[in-house]
Amino acid sequence: MRRVAGPIHSIQLVVVGGGPGGYAAAFLAADLGLSVALVDPEINPGGVCIYRGCIPSKALLHVAKVLDEARHAKAWGVEFTEPRIDLARLRDFKNSVVTRLTGGTGQLVKHRKVAYIQGLAAIVDAHTLRITQAGGGEESLRYDYAILATGSSPAMPPALATSDPRVMDSTAALDLPDVPKSLLVVGGGYIGLELGTVYAALGSAVTVVEMTAGLLPGADRDLVDVLAKRVSQTMKVRLNTRVVKMAAESKGIRVTLEGPDLKDDARYLLFDRVLVAVGRRPNSAIPGLDGTRVKVNDRGFVVVDEQMRTDEPSIFAIGDLVGEPMLAHKASHEGRVAVEVIAGGNAAFDARAIPAVVFTDPELAWCGLTEAQAQKDGRKVTIAKFPWGASGRAITLDRTDGLTKLLLDADTERILGVGLVGPGAGELIAEGVLAIEMGANATDLKLTIHPHPTLTETLMESAEVFFGQATHVYRPRR
Amino acid sequence: MTDFTLPELGESVTAGDVLRVLVKPGDTLAKDQPVLELETDKATIEVPSSVAGQVKDVNVKPGDTVTVGQVILSVEEAAAPSGDQPAATAPPPAAVRQPSAPSKAGPAGVVRGAGVGSKDAAIATATASDGRGAGAHGADNVVDIGRGARAAAEPPAPDLPVAPAAPSVRRMARELGLDVDQIGGSGPRGRISIDDVKAQAKRLVAAGAPGGSTGPLAAEPLPDFTRWGPVERQPMKAVRRKTAQHLSVAWATIPHVTQHDLADMTRLEELRTRYARQVEAAGGNLTVTAIAVKVVAAALKVFPQFNVSIDAAAGELIYKKYVNIGVAVDTDRGLLVPVIRDADAKNIVQLSVELLQLSGKARARKISLEEMQGGCFSISNLGGIGGHWFTPIVNAPEVAILGISRARMEPVHDASGGFVPRLMLPLSLSYDHRAIDGADGARFLRWIVEAIEQPFLLALQG
Repeated sequence: MRRVAGPIHSIQLVVVGGGPGGYAAAFLAADLGLSVALVDPEINPGGVCIYRGCIPSKALLHVAKVLDEARHAKAWGVEFTEPRIDLARLRDFKNSVVTRLTGGTGQLVKHRKVAYIQGLAAIVDAHTLRITQAGGGEESLRYDYAILATGSSPAMPPALATSDPRVMDSTAALDLPDVPKSLLVVGGGYIGLELGTVYAALGSAVTVVEMTAGLLPGADRDLVDVLAKRVSQTMKVRLNTRVVKMAAESKGIRVTLEGPDLKDDARYLLFDRVLVAVGRRPNSAIPGLDGTRVKVNDRGFVVVDEQMRTDEPSIFAIGDLVGEPMLAHKASHEGRVAVEVIAGGNAAFDARAIPAVVFTDPELAWCGLTEAQAQKDGRKVTIAKFPWGASGRAITLDRTDGLTKLLLDADTERILGVGLVGPGAGELIAEGVLAIEMGANATDLKLTIHPHPTLTETLMESAEVFFGQATHVYRPRR
Repeated sequence: MTDFTLPELGESVTAGDVLRVLVKPGDTLAKDQPVLELETDKATIEVPSSVAGQVKDVNVKPGDTVTVGQVILSVEEAAAPSGDQPAATAPPPAAVRQPSAPSKAGPAGVVRGAGVGSKDAAIATATASDGRGAGAHGADNVVDIGRGARAAAEPPAPDLPVAPAAPSVRRMARELGLDVDQIGGSGPRGRISIDDVKAQAKRLVAAGAPGGSTGPLAAEPLPDFTRWGPVERQPMKAVRRKTAQHLSVAWATIPHVTQHDLADMTRLEELRTRYARQVEAAGGNLTVTAIAVKVVAAALKVFPQFNVSIDAAAGELIYKKYVNIGVAVDTDRGLLVPVIRDADAKNIVQLSVELLQLSGKARARKISLEEMQGGCFSISNLGGIGGHWFTPIVNAPEVAILGISRARMEPVHDASGGFVPRLMLPLSLSYDHRAIDGADGARFLRWIVEAIEQPFLLALQG
């Protein structure tokens, strides 16, 4: 065993990483009566989600939505003058949101008497950590169990890596250094589209390049088509296109694109800024991890079983570190499962639906089985769709482009998947998740009274569509 | 295409667990051919088909709980009614399935053109690349989005289909060490409730089955018997499995007491021999068992505490105001217990005739579930084979059982101090000590002995 430096403390559970997975785990463990330490480099728990991800981006997207609606208000008989953006105050608003939330998690740490250690952890052995404290100094921590929750970081392909600050990752883009006249977003996934939406609303001319044939790979095309149609009004989208080279010039970033549909004049373009959002990589390069029995797969994810155990009996791992989808709510759930197992319970991650939400305009959300997955698996499903053109609530919002769809098992009527596109889809999807988890069938959804006039009715009416009896969809009898 | 649904199984039986499915897609099915081996809470029964034709789909699998009216099979009837689908283009099994619930498919079906100005409002059309997609079944409400024939050895989706159970139910099953996918749900379309999980856990504990929680009854692992010589494995027959389960529960839950006694049946045997022909003429067989049925029926009137069942949950004894006697019958399928109803209201000739009929039906596999239900007390007579006393197991929820062994001539002291040869019948009474005290057990058995020794007592008290 290596010599351990500094004072030695003993604890039942240490959680490494204070994101939504890590702090959920630490808090539950404290609630269950375990002695818990939480190690994170930030001053308070929050992780990427609260500091540099979900939360700040949503604050900015809220502002983008207000801007967008103000522009559309002209059609409703209300005309505003062109908005003036005070970037410093916008930044302050966003930062205040982050500060308020992380202050809250900090309070919860104190209330629960979780030992919060601001610092970076290295693994000494299966029962010892060495922590380099943020304020200087080292301490050693003996633990019965550890939960690794170190999360993920933006991926930067070597070809695009540069030290020029005008080439940003998602973290830098959320800092809102300025509103560039032109912005290239590399990657048509949810991060690129969400941040592209923000910058477009603030006034940037945004171009999105996506390597594959469609935006949001993995989501069903009928949903993405609705989004793509609206996005094409605010951004320029180039599919089947790759960035092969970037060069910093004084006037901007010179980008070389490659793709079958590109005309010559579109191959070499100059942008004020570039956002690279091509994906995220798990933070599995934890010092000392290779000295344990923990296995890391070829994609960099820590290998765990359904109880979140690694191959080292005292070490668990959760969240982005252990696999996709890299989503905060998946991490929290896994964190709680791990703690229940550590506390002697028989829990496992057996969720049947992990909702995914893209907070663009319109929002896009889905859970459970997708049409693409059903096709891949050769699984026969019945699909029932309800177009928002038939929703009273959608018409009052002047947003009839949305769509609600259910994937059902034809024999049992079980709801296997739900897909939504339209304003508020991210809130609506929760009902679909509950339906799938409860094993609900189309009759259950149909017979549940939904409030009128709301967009939630589209879920109920989709179930009615399954039976060919939707109130607001007339279908002639054959 | 015709659906074969689970028919009525008899009084108060509304559901059962599938033990085995006896047909598979492609089989030619004859009317009355058994298609399912079903374990109900009363007995194990084979479900015969009411339709004939070629089996297209089997909608149940072992372990499923099926309810009366649920679709078991889809069958292409032998004399297919001429439909809009020529037989020649009938798809191979499982390639493209017809909608299995025509009422649902009906003219309304699932919306295709929703008619609200969006072309997206249609259901997705099939993309089956083998050309057998929605085009061939344009009227279907089922969208086959499988690529190519499903016959291809494509692995099934890793975690689908999953049991319809809420997260709380799944968690409880896991905590009890049960596989939620193996639990039959009692809810609509097999939805699994907390109560289903608890019931399954109880069943497993009671049966000492592997996979149950670590109760004291869990079976020990078996050694490798082939180390000592050749072995052969055979599946337990349905009746055998049912017997094993039922008697395990009875043995584990009932505190048994068995008392033995001897009845001098010398005089009774004389009477039996004398009237045997008369009973035979009536279509019966005047056996010791038939006489024992009469004696026990009379005894139950005198000792009503033997004609009860225990409702342990309610803390109540259920007294029965009727006297139905079960008689164990040895068949090539295993042990069956037909029940003679209202045995107290029938004379020995009637009982003899009925017993002969019922045991014949049991052996010919013609006995109905109904005819094996509702017993108050059971009799097991092994005297025809031999033996001298045994300890029968109470046939729960009854509280007592009479075992009869082989009568034999024994020297018995007479009043003068000498020995006389008498035909002595060994009787063994097992009873549930929760309901019956030892003294009552002794009194009951003495009453039976005396009724056999002095047949007049029957007329007097019974």
